[in-house]
Amino acid sequence: MTELWEGLVTAVKLIISLDPEVMEIAGRSLAISATSSAIAALICLPLGAVISFNNFPGKRTLINIVQTLFSLPTVAVGLFVFVLFSSAGPVGGLGIIFTPTVMVIGQVILISPIMLGLTISALSGVDKAITDTAISLGASGFQMAVTVLREARFAVLAGLIMGFGRAISEVGLSMMVGGNIRGFTRTITTAISLETSKGDLELSLALGIILIALALVINLALNRIQQR
Amino acid sequence: MPLVETVDLYRKYDGQDILKNINLKVDKGEVFALIGPTGAGKTTLLRLIDLLEMPTSGKIYFAGRDAAKSSKVRFQMRRRMAFVLQKPVVFNASIYDNIACGLKWRGVKKNNIRQRVGAILEMIGLSAYQDRNARTLSGGEAQRVAIARAVVTEPEVLLLDEPTANLDPLSVAKIEELITGIIHRYGTTIIMATHDMPQGQRLAGRIGVLINGKILQAGDPREVFASPRSREVAEFVGVDNIIDGIVVSAEEGMVGVDIGGNKIIEAISPYPVGEEVSACVRPEDITLTPSKTTSSARNAFSGQIIGAVSLGPLSRIEIDCGFRLVALVTRRSAEELALEKRKQVYATFKATAVHVLRRN
Repeated sequence: MTELWEGLVTAVKLIISLDPEVMEIAGRSLAISATSSAIAALICLPLGAVISFNNFPGKRTLINIVQTLFSLPTVAVGLFVFVLFSSAGPVGGLGIIFTPTVMVIGQVILISPIMLGLTISALSGVDKAITDTAISLGASGFQMAVTVLREARFAVLAGLIMGFGRAISEVGLSMMVGGNIRGFTRTITTAISLETSKGDLELSLALGIILIALALVINLALNRIQQR
Repeated sequence: MPLVETVDLYRKYDGQDILKNINLKVDKGEVFALIGPTGAGKTTLLRLIDLLEMPTSGKIYFAGRDAAKSSKVRFQMRRRMAFVLQKPVVFNASIYDNIACGLKWRGVKKNNIRQRVGAILEMIGLSAYQDRNARTLSGGEAQRVAIARAVVTEPEVLLLDEPTANLDPLSVAKIEELITGIIHRYGTTIIMATHDMPQGQRLAGRIGVLINGKILQAGDPREVFASPRSREVAEFVGVDNIIDGIVVSAEEGMVGVDIGGNKIIEAISPYPVGEEVSACVRPEDITLTPSKTTSSARNAFSGQIIGAVSLGPLSRIEIDCGFRLVALVTRRSAEELALEKRKQVYATFKATAVHVLRRN
């Protein structure tokens, strides 16, 4: 118990003193996950709108598959990306295995189903009367989609945040394709995993606190936006 | 050339005909009301005219052009119309942005938008609230915003679906005033659906009665009101007394209709002897007196009151004269004559108050 308490105290000191290593790891985590979330959002918002506003055979099945992929295991995505980008893999020639770039690619694959699925359900939650009103007022297909997305903005935003949350908190994928290289691909989660196994609880706890604090800040910001 | 024309329009849902053989022509500047009970197909017809849905068969022409041509043609046509849905729909944005959206989508310049939205906000009396979120408005205010949002685009045809359904009487009056204002100010062609017969009469220059997916009668509101062409229309426009009989005498336009039990109703009608008909009498055209009077009214029947219901300023009296007759009298005369259950009265009405329908 005392060990845990001492660990916590040291962790808080590390954070307050803006320890360079802690800050560097946290910054990288944030940068990688924010990039993958932004890319995934750019793919999923338009794609979600296209799927939502069009009727085609197999739509229901497609949505079911996307929803199943919500719980895609991180290590499965890690394995897939590793096989694809490792030097012996089909696109191994790119030489990006064990770089932040490949981590972003992996995270985009991991969180796209969540963002896509939640975007579709957010859009389908918008009253049909809103769509009809926009079209009858002379909106083009694109203008109508933007209007409906705007009506569903809180639910859509919640989906994006969910995706970001999954990206910043996953460890298996980052470990497998990033390699946890110090000063290059080490993120909060891979660092916690490593430092804990080494017995360095202070650093682990400090990073854990930062991770939870990040989640809290993002949630508070989302709540503020929704209350407006 | 009519501005909007439908030819042999059919719409099916799940194998059921929602609209059957609709042939409608609405000219520029006309105010046309579709009246009919709930579920008659009014909304579906408006949606077809606004090209939100495609007909199962038949044609829709807008300004002489066939809407079936391409989705691009339909998009252009839709931009020349505006449709206000029955349920007031506002976007989760400020009142100003709600009203401005149609203009923004058309690429109208910002200055011009500001001017036009400002003018219409004044017209609906919500200038002071332009920055408020439209979701906070009451039903009546939201509907005014919805109408303003449609009108600000200066549509050639304004489609209104039950614009006052589910609103309180004060809001209804405001919406009707707004619609009248739009008619005077812009001369917009309006096609509106309503189940409120008097509203159709107040606002429209021509009405069409839509029942069970068919337009049964169209024409001048007074004419439809006074001379319904079928039993369904008669029932819908408030003719409570529809009495079946056979023409037994016909002289110089005056007929006698035998309604059984040795009772004859006299009426003005061109039908010959032997014709199976229904005699329609509006309840407000029936006079009730405690004893037989020497009035000029051709029809007088004695009977017993079997029901009396107060409808605010009016009372609805049901009488058994051997056949059932319903009369509307003012509450005041109902009180003066003490029109209560089981009381004997005389019901009189003129031959000219009887509208005779041929039975099919």
